[in-house]
Amino acid sequence: MCLADTSEELWEFIHTRDNLWPQSNFEGRTTDVTGKNSITIVGTIHYCGKITRRRRGDMTRESGRTYPEVRSWGGEDPVAVVLSPMAAWLAGSRAAAKQLARKLAPLGSLHGGIGASLRRGGSDPGGCSPRGFHSRRVGTMRADAIAAQEYDVNANQVMDFPGGKVRFVADMRFLSESPKERVNCYRVLDDDGQAISGSSFKEVSKETALRMYSAMVTLQIMDIIFYEAQRQGRISFYLTTIGEEAINIASPAALTMDDVVFPQYREPGVLLWRGFTLQEFANQLFGNKSDYGKGRQMPIHYGSNKLNYFTVSSPIAYVTSHSNLFYFQILGTVACVTYLVHSTQIPHAVGAAYSLKMDGKEACAVTFFGDGGTSEGDFHAALNFAAVLEVPVVFFCRNNGWAISTPTSEQFRSDGAVVRGEAYGIRSIRVDGNDALAVYSAVHAAREMAIRECRPILIEALTYRVGHHSTSDDSTKYRPVDEIEHWRTARDPISRYRKWVEGNGWWNDAEETELRRNVREELLGAVQAAERVEKPPLAELFTDVYDVTPSNLWEQEQSLRRTIQRHPQDYPPDVPL
Amino acid sequence: MAMAIASRRGPAGSGGPLATMVLRGLSSSSCPAAGAARGRNEGSPPGTGEGGKPLNLFSAINQALHIALETDPRAYVFGEDVGFGGVFRCTTGLAERFGRNRVFNTPLCEQGIAGFAVGLAAMGNRAIAEIQFADYIFPAFDQIVNEAAKFRYRSGNEFNCGGLTIRSPYGAVGHGGHYHSQSPEAFFCHVPGLKVVIPRSPRQAKGLLLASIRDPNPVVFFEPKWLYRLAVEDVPEHDYMLPLSQAEVICEGTDITLVGWGAQLSVMEQACEIAEKDGISCELIDLRTLIPWDKDTVEASVNKTGRLLVSHEAPLTGGFGAEIAAAIVDRCFLRLEAPVTRVCGLDTPFPLVYEPFYLPTKNKVVDAIKAAVNY
Repeated sequence: MCLADTSEELWEFIHTRDNLWPQSNFEGRTTDVTGKNSITIVGTIHYCGKITRRRRGDMTRESGRTYPEVRSWGGEDPVAVVLSPMAAWLAGSRAAAKQLARKLAPLGSLHGGIGASLRRGGSDPGGCSPRGFHSRRVGTMRADAIAAQEYDVNANQVMDFPGGKVRFVADMRFLSESPKERVNCYRVLDDDGQAISGSSFKEVSKETALRMYSAMVTLQIMDIIFYEAQRQGRISFYLTTIGEEAINIASPAALTMDDVVFPQYREPGVLLWRGFTLQEFANQLFGNKSDYGKGRQMPIHYGSNKLNYFTVSSPIAYVTSHSNLFYFQILGTVACVTYLVHSTQIPHAVGAAYSLKMDGKEACAVTFFGDGGTSEGDFHAALNFAAVLEVPVVFFCRNNGWAISTPTSEQFRSDGAVVRGEAYGIRSIRVDGNDALAVYSAVHAAREMAIRECRPILIEALTYRVGHHSTSDDSTKYRPVDEIEHWRTARDPISRYRKWVEGNGWWNDAEETELRRNVREELLGAVQAAERVEKPPLAELFTDVYDVTPSNLWEQEQSLRRTIQRHPQDYPPDVPL
Repeated sequence: MAMAIASRRGPAGSGGPLATMVLRGLSSSSCPAAGAARGRNEGSPPGTGEGGKPLNLFSAINQALHIALETDPRAYVFGEDVGFGGVFRCTTGLAERFGRNRVFNTPLCEQGIAGFAVGLAAMGNRAIAEIQFADYIFPAFDQIVNEAAKFRYRSGNEFNCGGLTIRSPYGAVGHGGHYHSQSPEAFFCHVPGLKVVIPRSPRQAKGLLLASIRDPNPVVFFEPKWLYRLAVEDVPEHDYMLPLSQAEVICEGTDITLVGWGAQLSVMEQACEIAEKDGISCELIDLRTLIPWDKDTVEASVNKTGRLLVSHEAPLTGGFGAEIAAAIVDRCFLRLEAPVTRVCGLDTPFPLVYEPFYLPTKNKVVDAIKAAVNY
């Protein structure tokens, strides 16, 4: 929205108020070109003293004259209402200013002198409509705008450069590599589960609060039972979310089912919250014929179209052949593989968000990743694309301190992931990942902003990977046991949240005991049932490579079947032929 | 640019013949074996009849993109510099016609383009992404190989990104050096789940691109940038598609089968003409889709001729010609009267000054044809 055509009114507004001169604040309302949209003008008038230094260009002649500068803001984005040098000179007197306004107004924004832009608001419905696509884009400079020279209050020349005005200064000063203080971390509950006084958070109903608690407990027990199943050799691999239950459950609780999730691999709680049954989890882990992925991927690579949860992938792999820490068994063959980070899904979320925006959906895309993932190119590409293309996506970084054995101190030198957002032009927040209410509130607010304002949001949740990276890992080899224990006990997100729920009188020990018993029984039943379901048939090895199986795959299937007939002992007996 | 290309690509020191060669070669009317040898599968796109207006290759691509966007409101075209029409002008007029929401620039990041495209396609859209040069596609390799190609398989068909098509200009241009000349098709032919398509002419480009865009699988579509302006032929104006995974016999012959794709076919066709003068009858096949490839058509041809020559610009070792050679030896071993021969780029990085030495030029192909026939 451009105020260029209303600059005269703006001038009138400013100059008819005597108390605005000099160095004073002003506030008022006017309308835009259409006369329909109301605009708030808020700002400060700077009326600087004599210009003492000589400079090149037009201002040379005006040395010794005074000139004013008007700066104003509307909402959070700056509203630029800055006088050009020539205008500043003319505006030395209020009468001249009025004259100037009359002269310049017809020129509109072409002059580049008086003009203003406002963030969307007022009668703009906002929302994620394609209409708003270019709303925050910075236009290309016009030649006459480039030609116009401007100066700030300290007589520094200001250059109109793509992205906004840039001030020239004489002192050579490098930006600091880091701010003096680390970015604060938003929380609602203190360590004892008491709401911090004055904390702002999204209210949670009793029903939702209890559902969240039950889901967190279910996730915890799920990890215990499935981890144990792997240790007993019943499944080949597993990976827990211990310590990150609040993130896993509070995030999806603040979303709707229409929001599209692109997970990493440590967010099964999102699926659980959305209704993935324990039996469905178990089927995937056992790779039986009920696994939606048809047994093609390792355990924990869940996915569900129905639940808008894109199937997990883990392409960035680290292969080691010497360490006995990293092994698991597939079909009797020892393979030495573990995966390190997973970031390829991050740009997918941006593409999906673009689709949601074009379709005018009341939904956003949400993607999860770890601190290690922020080092990958995918993370940077995705943030930049999202900012430039202005899409409704929430980037959720689980900074749990460890990427397998690599601590964050060996991962990056920035203050975590949260500070990266600003560099890409993305609004960001750091949140206590072990505080379910804080996570819930942050995700809720992020979602609202993403959809209403059609913009990406970055959330960095501080947490800790209490479990080993996976069942192929023993993290006590590279980090102190005390550290793990401290997070497991003193900072456990579930017990903290339980104290708050109990404090509200919504929960008691008897219900706790019953919940845990029921979940445990259901899980054990799911494991036993999944174990009994047969594997997917051999034919599924060849389907889904393409929508229709091409001839080379038919040939290979026939060839393989003949080989199996000749050497059945070479192949697992539980895969139906 | 055309003259520059011609002077390097053509016989040393002569730029003139090239343009003629290319034009004739691609019109599929210059087949040495005359009218009867017109493409087995189609001389013109099925149902289109003859005719259409003369178009060069980039204009044919542009027409296909117009049609793709016109016929599917969920189609999007994006990439570096596509907003103003693209560095090769393939996207000219699209943004003006369909708006900046559907045709737009992206930041300069191939990894991001591919990743964004996968997500967009996964939501049921036709994501038509441009990688400005095939030489620049490698930052996107992981997204293409590990994400796009496996999206359907790994999810058990819960999800797919079949609406994805990645367009990218490939191959020699006469002055492209290392990073504006490469033919990286073989890398992608090693990836189950992808389709790799390369057209040889404007008419083929339009029909194959529309088929690729509408194919429910991710397709990497390499465009011979050499031919963007040089190749002109009549292209039907209407919406038509050419079948994927179906090779085309451009010229029928009896003594040797020549298999190629893209710009190299014009070189091979010229070699065919020379060989014809020596009484050698060549059968020239355009593979068109490299994976999944039409083994049957090549097999049938080799069973007829008893000899096979494969030619591509990409380096010899590990090139897709090796795959064709191995497969045909497997199928036609007893029928072969000479070793399968390959005429390809050298196993060096693509060189600037040495480009005429590096390329599998006309006379290299002619010599190989003669060697095979006289084996």
